[in-house]
Amino acid sequence: MNRLTLRLLGSFAVAATALLAGCERPPVKTDQLGYRGTAMQQTHNPRTLAALEQARPTPPVDVPAIPDDGGPRAGKVYQNVKVLGDLSAADFVRHMNALTQWVSPEEGCGYCHNLANLADDSKYTKVVARRMIEMTRQVNAQWKPHVADTGVTCYTCHRGKPVPEAIWFTAATPKANTQPMLGNDFGQNKAIGGIGLTSLPYDPFTPYFLGKDTIRVYGTQALPQGRGTGASLQTTEQSYALMVHMSESLGVNCTFCHNSQAFSHWQPTRVKAWHGIQMVRELNNDYVVPLTPAFPANRLGPTQDVAKVYCATCHQGQNKPLGGKQMAGLYAGLQAAAAVQVADAKGAAAGGAKSPAPAKGK
Amino acid sequence: MQYQNLFTRVQPVGPTHAGVELPAGNSERTGEPLLVHLFGRLGNAQLGPIYLGGLGLVSLITGCLSINIMGFYMLASVGWDPIEFIRQLPWLALEPPSPKYGLRLPPMNEGGWWLLASGLLLVSVLTWWARVYTRARQLGMGTHIAWAFAAAIWLFLVLGLFRPLLMGSWSEGVPYGIFPHLDWTAAFSLRYGNLFYNPFHALSIVFLYGSTLLFAMHGATILAVTRYGGDREIDQIIDRGTASERAALFWRWTMGWNATMESIHRWAWWFAVLCPLAGGIGILLTGTVVDNWYLWAVKHGVAPSYPEVLGNAVDPSLAQGAKP
Repeated sequence: MNRLTLRLLGSFAVAATALLAGCERPPVKTDQLGYRGTAMQQTHNPRTLAALEQARPTPPVDVPAIPDDGGPRAGKVYQNVKVLGDLSAADFVRHMNALTQWVSPEEGCGYCHNLANLADDSKYTKVVARRMIEMTRQVNAQWKPHVADTGVTCYTCHRGKPVPEAIWFTAATPKANTQPMLGNDFGQNKAIGGIGLTSLPYDPFTPYFLGKDTIRVYGTQALPQGRGTGASLQTTEQSYALMVHMSESLGVNCTFCHNSQAFSHWQPTRVKAWHGIQMVRELNNDYVVPLTPAFPANRLGPTQDVAKVYCATCHQGQNKPLGGKQMAGLYAGLQAAAAVQVADAKGAAAGGAKSPAPAKGK
Repeated sequence: MQYQNLFTRVQPVGPTHAGVELPAGNSERTGEPLLVHLFGRLGNAQLGPIYLGGLGLVSLITGCLSINIMGFYMLASVGWDPIEFIRQLPWLALEPPSPKYGLRLPPMNEGGWWLLASGLLLVSVLTWWARVYTRARQLGMGTHIAWAFAAAIWLFLVLGLFRPLLMGSWSEGVPYGIFPHLDWTAAFSLRYGNLFYNPFHALSIVFLYGSTLLFAMHGATILAVTRYGGDREIDQIIDRGTASERAALFWRWTMGWNATMESIHRWAWWFAVLCPLAGGIGILLTGTVVDNWYLWAVKHGVAPSYPEVLGNAVDPSLAQGAKP
């Protein structure tokens, strides 16, 4: 081989290596899920899974529940307790401490409370936290088909941070989309996270997790039922984008919930996911969005919208958040369905918005 | 090492050749021919002259316009930022109009450029086809290349013109973009109930994989007999019993039957041509005649049924009192 051949081979090797740089380094392990030979399987990479595990913060240690001594209720002992007032005073304090560990371990009680007067509602964070406790109760009480008896606490989403890491905002419309001539991206074809590395629509969340657009796109009959009756390919791509988000959020393949023969087929995991989608819609519409006026401008998104919930908010890469660790069991205050009606969230929020807003963290 | 054929080992260097005389009415071949050693490593060392002609000129101009529309549209979609253009290039696209426009003409920024680029690309591809056809005729060749190219054009036309027309909407067309057309393909299969149950898709794959197999067999056979001059046609003619016959015998002894020097190319041609031909039929039937290929396959007893090992479940939205 002469030098030219070597040089050519060399550049070929460099080009091939550069192309491979985009690939994931082995090993990739495959677990069989379904019937043999049907590609019903989960792929995972033990190395990247271990790295994810390493990066995950250690959950705070739970203080055991304090037996109810039948003493005065927290609502009587403390002022302005609207949600957890039915707990015993001691258990109420335990709940408050746990909350601090879950949400603002660095910022402390003062993240939500005016330390000079704990009953004061002047900080917006307190108004939001109160509604979030109600939301947590709703999830644990009404959404058992999705969260089972594991339940959720503030930590499921917050993981020690005042603002959960995985949140979403409605995407702002790029300037070019409304211009007369060119550059309209149709809300897709951008290297933006949330939907894996795809070029699919980058905000499938607003139509499906805030709105209630139909997610199912496949034909329901073997033959067409008339021209233009089925979903368009554009709608299909939007639905597909949402599914990619679910797959990424849970760290699973499509076949974790779907049958490889026919995605329309139902299996237990898909039923669980279906309840999850309904749950996220309710949480966003009934709990999160009504709080919008409470938040200071720096907490809002590009369309002045509030940070919202999607699958990744709780799951964060695991098909069972925190590996299926029992969450709500120790906290009676997070399990009862909202017993005490809270003043209209909007009214309370309006008061909170006026107060000075801490600008820490995001 | 002597017969390793990764690159051409011997490059004869001599006077360049302009090619045979052209019949009256043909324009001149353009460009002064030159020898490029690097090209010679891979193929023939001579570069040019090229026959452009009227068809070639139209094809190049419309093709360039079409590609430029796509490129500048993508550049505009990242706010004319060249760095973002390069960074996000695999994601960027020129999308077809949205479904609300049907087959009507949409505004330019709502898919109008997609229609224009598609039209120009069609003119470019068809004039290039006509050029391939006439050039072959003028050289006294058969038109096999043109018809093989036509098979590819058939698939291109089905995807971008025939199927959208039958579906009654330009939105059914394929976006121009690297990842976007791949995502479109996956979405297409999701929408129409798993394209693997489309028999024409299956046939197309048979011919696709078959083509690669035949190509590998043929390429390997010829390379294996280059030491007997198997790659040189003249040696085949005057020196029977060495390369070609040896290659044929090899296959007769290993698989009992063998192609001939002519038939192997016929096999390969048909496999290659039938790949887009069958694929195009499969795409054309999707959404127009069949809406869910899995259900179609179940109906006709094609789809196998497997044990429900993951447990039974029903659509929860059908349950009484289910939340919407």
